[in-house]
Amino acid sequence: MSSNKTSLARRRFLGKAAIGVPATALLEGSKGLVQNAIAAESDPSSYRPTFFNDHEWEFLKAATDRLIPPSSDGPSAVEAGVPEFLDRQMQTAYGHGGLWYMNGPFFPESVPTLGYQLKLAPRDLYRVAIAAVDNWCTQNRGNAFAQLSDAQRDEVLTLMQKDQLPLRELPVRVFFAQLLQNTKEGYFADPIHGGNRGMGAWKMIGFPGARADFVDMSAQPGKVYPLGPVSISGKRG
Amino acid sequence: MATKLKSVDVVLVGFGWTGAIMGKELCEAGLKVVALERGVSRDTYPDFAYPKIADELTYGIRGKLFQDLSRDTLTVRYTLKDTAVPYREHNAFLLGEGVGGAGVHWNGQTYRPSPEDLQLRSHMSARYGRGFIPADMTIQDYPVTYDELEPYFDRFEYLCGTSGRAGNLNGQKIEGGNPFEGWRSRDYPTPPVVDVYGATLFANAAKQLGYHPFPQPASNASRPYTNPYGVRLGPCNLCGFCERFGCYLYSKATPQTTILPVLLKLPNFELRTRSLVTRINLDSSGKRATGVTYIDEQGREIEQPADLVILSAYQFHNVRLLLLSGIGTPYDPVSESGVVGKNYAYQMMSSTSVFFDKDVAINPFIGAGAGGSQIVDEFNSDHFDHAKQGFVGGAYIIGGQTGGRPIQQLSVPAGTPAWGAEWKRAAKDSYLHTTSVVTHGSVMSYRDRYLSLDPTYKDSVGQPLLRMTFDWHDNEYRMSKFVTDRALEIVKTMGPKSHSTLLRQPGDHFDVRQYQTTHTTGGAMMGSRPDNSVVNRYLQSWDVHNLFVLGASAFPQNIGYNPTGLVGGLAYWAANAIRTQYLKNPGPLVQV
Repeated sequence: MSSNKTSLARRRFLGKAAIGVPATALLEGSKGLVQNAIAAESDPSSYRPTFFNDHEWEFLKAATDRLIPPSSDGPSAVEAGVPEFLDRQMQTAYGHGGLWYMNGPFFPESVPTLGYQLKLAPRDLYRVAIAAVDNWCTQNRGNAFAQLSDAQRDEVLTLMQKDQLPLRELPVRVFFAQLLQNTKEGYFADPIHGGNRGMGAWKMIGFPGARADFVDMSAQPGKVYPLGPVSISGKRG
Repeated sequence: MATKLKSVDVVLVGFGWTGAIMGKELCEAGLKVVALERGVSRDTYPDFAYPKIADELTYGIRGKLFQDLSRDTLTVRYTLKDTAVPYREHNAFLLGEGVGGAGVHWNGQTYRPSPEDLQLRSHMSARYGRGFIPADMTIQDYPVTYDELEPYFDRFEYLCGTSGRAGNLNGQKIEGGNPFEGWRSRDYPTPPVVDVYGATLFANAAKQLGYHPFPQPASNASRPYTNPYGVRLGPCNLCGFCERFGCYLYSKATPQTTILPVLLKLPNFELRTRSLVTRINLDSSGKRATGVTYIDEQGREIEQPADLVILSAYQFHNVRLLLLSGIGTPYDPVSESGVVGKNYAYQMMSSTSVFFDKDVAINPFIGAGAGGSQIVDEFNSDHFDHAKQGFVGGAYIIGGQTGGRPIQQLSVPAGTPAWGAEWKRAAKDSYLHTTSVVTHGSVMSYRDRYLSLDPTYKDSVGQPLLRMTFDWHDNEYRMSKFVTDRALEIVKTMGPKSHSTLLRQPGDHFDVRQYQTTHTTGGAMMGSRPDNSVVNRYLQSWDVHNLFVLGASAFPQNIGYNPTGLVGGLAYWAANAIRTQYLKNPGPLVQV
């Protein structure tokens, strides 16, 4: 069953990738190129998380889909691949807490203005918080978060944002702030990190991505910028 | 047991702006110089190369070029009674580490202080009376004047190829420059970078109100420039990836683009990276440094003897090494004795996002770092009458933007939810049509605001972290409110659709989660006497004459301007004193 899915996804990928990736790269099996091509071309739903388990994955899709919902304005977080971005970030030094000072003692009750004071690295924060929020939802709303209606999910997210969803495990506002920040990161970061598929979020707002050269425009103040975005990978939108 | 190396003439601790300047100056004097840098080696190519540098997540958000906080940070508390907790991730300020230091990921703002900033206590007392300065405000005069430093400000600007327009050439006012600045002996080395559109709208409004806006002085070269060392910079292309990033175009002045291509080739210079200095060693008298001890890239403890020790690390780290080495008396805020760690200060910002209709194309992604913005300096330093305002200090007002990187720099109008369909619609509608107006203000020093060693938290080699005791005082809330009100008058004159302002209100704590500036100052201040300062007017330790402490740790209080022009000028000033006085007759340069 799963091998059928994989081979279908692979056939789909090869069919599309042939457009953009040099044949030599495919023949040589350049791993980085192939992975980037998968990220850029395949259906967001085909990504299989390597850090998050099935429950966590369903939670993240359901949560980010409300933080940046589908609409005619532009892609939703899920359409933009934000869950994939989150999963990939968990594998980085950042996800492991490697960029932060993580020595104790810890005083998680410190005033918020003194910044992050939990013992949890981002990947542990997600793991602990998702289980705790899901548990709260099951006890208080009768279902895991991902099974709630849109309106119920918005209500739970609002309670989290306002720190009005009491959890034993952690101050829920900290997790909400982290989730919202990481969601916007995945939405707007360069597609090389796994989100912002097809540079859809950049197209929505008009950011030209990695173009990074505006000498011509500086001589034309107030003119609309004429070019679409470009990714670090060289892809143009 | 530390391995003891052969002695050298000079050891530099830290290799950012001040280390590179001092290294070049002392190598020119014929000395054998070794620089110890705890971070990694990095250069324009390949480390800042396009397109990989245009990655907001990696550099702007995750902070690849900043100090590695996992190994060393500082702790923060608000009052003497509190227990401090660690600054665990970069937000409020972005500490420097690695070759080039914070001079790699700055924006290039290159201001000189106003002349009165350097004699602040005596100037304010003379103009407004002694009672004007609050009793707990411990500001004091710099032991050096603007006139003395002018040639050294000039040297730093000509090193950097700084772009700008003079407002005061040898006492003659020049239209279009800063009418409040101190005299300058010649114009900027390169003309201003072209204004971004938001800055043009701001400047037009400011002129309507009778102000005198001018282009921000910026070490982002506006045209090809060769500095006195023969190092070449290229013109800025307004890429919008400046602060927090390395410059891929050799346009932003950094140690890498102005000094290192020459310095690193000199036979009497040696750079050792991944070398963490843990203490300055003293002889048995405690009055002379014998060198430093450091931990090398393999984890070995090494002693590097030297005749002259230069502390040229980031401000916090300079102070920490003095405390760890037992040099000078640590400041005690209760008995008000001691000086090391005293007069820590910071800056206070307010920021206003200015939203225009869809027919106004701001194109916020066009940004030249410090360049391309316009400044109103009427309410900085003592450029206005403070008598009725009841505060000391001030702020400049800046219009324009440094870039439009969407994770960090996208704003939505006040009242917009932080998420959901409404946020998404607002992000889409606002992005291209938003600019910003910011006030960039001074913070004074106070009896109860200082730096000391933390009693609990340790770094990766087991040494105590530095502890900051800091929160806002009423003087700064009043300053920020007054200047922000003036900024908002300009904003309204710009005729936007709406605006939203972040202003620190009385009672708001210093919030480590909000970026303000990386302009942390004090703790090893310069002064006129050993009992009021750590270093003398030449940045020489009062206690250990062959130790000089460079950088913003020398500021007795903070200015409203960005500090790098003063930091660079003071480094050249100290280098000149070492070359012309100290080397001929090693000993205290100031007798008391």
